[in-house]
Amino acid sequence: MTHRIDQSFATRKAKDQAVFVAYIMGGDPDRETSQTLLNALPNAGVDIIELGMPFTDPAADGPTIEEAGLRSLAAGTTLMSILDMAAEFRKGNDTTPIIIMGYCNPVHNMGYANFAAKAKDSGIDGAIIVDLPPEEDTQLRQAFDAHDLALIRLATPTTDEARLPRVVAGTKGFVYYVSMTGITGAAFSQAGSITEQVTKLRKASKLPVVVGFGVKTPERAREVAKDADGVVVGSAIVKALHEDGPQAALTLVKSLADAVHE
Amino acid sequence: MGKQANQTFPDANGRFGDFGGRYVAETLMPPILELEKAYEDAKADPSFQAELDYYLTHYVGRPSPLYYAQRLTEHTAKQHGSSAKIYFKRDELNHTGAHKINNCMGQLLLAKRMGKKRIIAETGAGQHGVATATVAARLGMECIVYMGATDIVRQKPNVFRMRLLGAEVRAVHSGTATLKDAMNDALRDWVTNVGDTFYCIGTVAGPHPYPAMVRDFQAIIGVEAKAQIMEREGRLPDAVVACIGGGSNAMGLFHDFVDDTSVRLIGVEAAGRGVDSGLHAASLTGGRPGILHGNRTYLLQDAHGQITDAHSISAGLDYPGIGPEHAYLHDIGRAEYVSATDDEALEHFQLCARLEGILPALEPSHAIPRTLDLAKELGQGGLIIMNMCGRGDKDVFTIADALGEHISEGTEG
Repeated sequence: MTHRIDQSFATRKAKDQAVFVAYIMGGDPDRETSQTLLNALPNAGVDIIELGMPFTDPAADGPTIEEAGLRSLAAGTTLMSILDMAAEFRKGNDTTPIIIMGYCNPVHNMGYANFAAKAKDSGIDGAIIVDLPPEEDTQLRQAFDAHDLALIRLATPTTDEARLPRVVAGTKGFVYYVSMTGITGAAFSQAGSITEQVTKLRKASKLPVVVGFGVKTPERAREVAKDADGVVVGSAIVKALHEDGPQAALTLVKSLADAVHE
Repeated sequence: MGKQANQTFPDANGRFGDFGGRYVAETLMPPILELEKAYEDAKADPSFQAELDYYLTHYVGRPSPLYYAQRLTEHTAKQHGSSAKIYFKRDELNHTGAHKINNCMGQLLLAKRMGKKRIIAETGAGQHGVATATVAARLGMECIVYMGATDIVRQKPNVFRMRLLGAEVRAVHSGTATLKDAMNDALRDWVTNVGDTFYCIGTVAGPHPYPAMVRDFQAIIGVEAKAQIMEREGRLPDAVVACIGGGSNAMGLFHDFVDDTSVRLIGVEAAGRGVDSGLHAASLTGGRPGILHGNRTYLLQDAHGQITDAHSISAGLDYPGIGPEHAYLHDIGRAEYVSATDDEALEHFQLCARLEGILPALEPSHAIPRTLDLAKELGQGGLIIMNMCGRGDKDVFTIADALGEHISEGTEG
């Protein structure tokens, strides 16, 4: 529901803080580990959760997320089991928004209306479908609108001023600014200020602006949080989980959350 | 025959009926819109067409001959009592040995016009990679070719050719390490280097405008074939036949015949070890509509919408999707889609070599058995054009392996 998303931003804004958004790949490396990590994220300081839906051909992701998705698929994850994970999470938490993130084909395969209904039932608040630009998202957006779910669109450095109004017009919850041209987990190529881009987005939309892609460390997260309403970290958390286990991932999450909330 | 297809497809949104579209990450939307505009401008500019024609004539070697495959025709007549006349459109005689260069010539001249100097491409069998590397060398452009690690092993001669031509071949190890994964990595490169890079897609797939643009650059195959058959036989053929992976040689042959509803359009997919075995690359015969690599089309996928592995002895057909215009022509019943197995392709490769003195690539070797079936069905007085879209020199090691022969590498040439 957009309500939970709006509430998250309002709560942090009241304390003059940015929102911390953490991404994990659902079902990586298996359902049980992933569910435990998911359930623990709010206590580690996560305000909004992005729950990855695995796909065989994630053409906008780097190797960290691609391999996590393949591990998840090998463990038997399906789109339905991702929704089940959200439903399980909701039994113990009714405030932290869950945005599911992934590629269009599994969603298209389930059917847009069916997916929206099931997502709503599972306590999902919104979705980011990477390969569904405004030109192609009408059907899913209508299905989401019918269930008060947020279809969140991405704005990127290539989204020019002529195009930006169209991108932000249909988005709900927040605007996700992809701060670099590239794939997830890549080195931050434009390590400088994002002030200018965020200002442009604020002019185009009244929604909160969340910045992601290329944020790996508490230092960078702190810097981005000065300009943005929220900061997303994904690959670094997925990598910590894979290399050092759930506890290490949560330790990283906590340090990132603290940095964003400073 | 179903509804008449309309040569004005796709629509403004890149749709062929329910297929096609632009399913790409936002980062790539502005560049594909820029590409679409640049392509529309080029199409309307006689100087662009003149430059392309110059290269097609003097560099590629067009027009390619339309050849009467007399001995295959006689062989069929002898076996079945009667046979339609079989013609081959000889696109394997193009520079670099396949139809692929028609498209590369067009796209790289467009890249030059757009001021892009860094070219990326994906390749399966290596034919598109070689053609891209060739044209990039000629036009003085940097060229990077993504190729699955599995394909690098089975297409070594083409890998070496690309390097000789100055291209960098990047091995792709992700997923199944074949054509689809090469395309994923090419898209990743493009999304990262979007400012200076031109992505030269090798088939009639990907986001709009690629399916239409690649078709247009390949349409010369059908335009020439139609004029040639009118000159030789004084009438349109009864059918045109081509193999299909992504479907660029087939779309190239079909396009000028789409509105000639008396002409049957027949595409032959790769059935691998048989469509029922699950080990095949027949997206229309054995797949369902879905979204991959920028377009909505028929895909090989499991019950949960995950893409499944394609299988074919031919690396060029080993792709789990098909161009969206084929999906459309299939659904409206304008074109017919059949399939041929690895074994059939191997058998007819040998038959064609011995009867016609032509080593076909493994890709068009799939079209030969269905062409012969059709020749029998139509009988004497019938007229068929099959696209001989590539030559088989690149495949001799694969074929030797399949036939249990041992030949030394390095003697190929």
